[in-house]
Amino acid sequence: MACFLVSAAEAVVVTVAASRFEKKEKARETAPAACEGLSAETTAKIPFSRKLKWLRNLLWGGVALLAFEHVWHGEVVPWFPFLTAASDPADAAEMLHEMGTVGVAMALLVTVVWLGMLGVAALAEKRALPSLPEQD
Amino acid sequence: MTLLTTVFAAIICTVLWYRTAQSGEWKLGTLCLMYWGASLMWLVDAIFEYAELGAAYFTPEPADMLNDLFLGLSAVALGLVIWLAILLIRDPKGVVRQKLFKK
Repeated sequence: MACFLVSAAEAVVVTVAASRFEKKEKARETAPAACEGLSAETTAKIPFSRKLKWLRNLLWGGVALLAFEHVWHGEVVPWFPFLTAASDPADAAEMLHEMGTVGVAMALLVTVVWLGMLGVAALAEKRALPSLPEQD
Repeated sequence: MTLLTTVFAAIICTVLWYRTAQSGEWKLGTLCLMYWGASLMWLVDAIFEYAELGAAYFTPEPADMLNDLFLGLSAVALGLVIWLAILLIRDPKGVVRQKLFKK
């Protein structure tokens, strides 16, 4: 009914967080003191903002296609209140229940898969480190 | 059927991304994540539906199957349109910029 809204809310939070982390990382990169201390370790690490963008793309992609599915089934309409279930109290209660079960499970599964991706990325970073030439 | 269509699209995209990952010019990673995100969400939907319907979930009516396939293909097409828009806006090869500002 509107299960994708839970993931959409998470996607908004992740998008804001990713842009904030990106700004911080760029500021750190441009700072002269940081450039002097640039080591092999920092160059082999994937920036956290990039990792957050993986989650952002997973969430927004899923939300876009699921929103389309809801339009297809007539559950989302282009006029107020936009969700057909929201106009009837009984349907609204069912919709909220679905958001609390299916919606939350969707957001959780996507986040768990992303955490798995972070684990794989951390392993790849560890493997990349010894192959880098040592600095004087 | 929608889940199956999106999973196949995600697998094909991932293979294509792996083959072209060196250049990174096609922004296929975005499309992959988009399809995988939708696949995971539809997987959850399928699990809940299976919990409700039981074995009947695997024997849908032909009309429902056709409608779901049509929906899945439309969702894949929408994903491709979004990816194309991102590719043209980001323009990693500079083709659009070159064409627009060509004297």
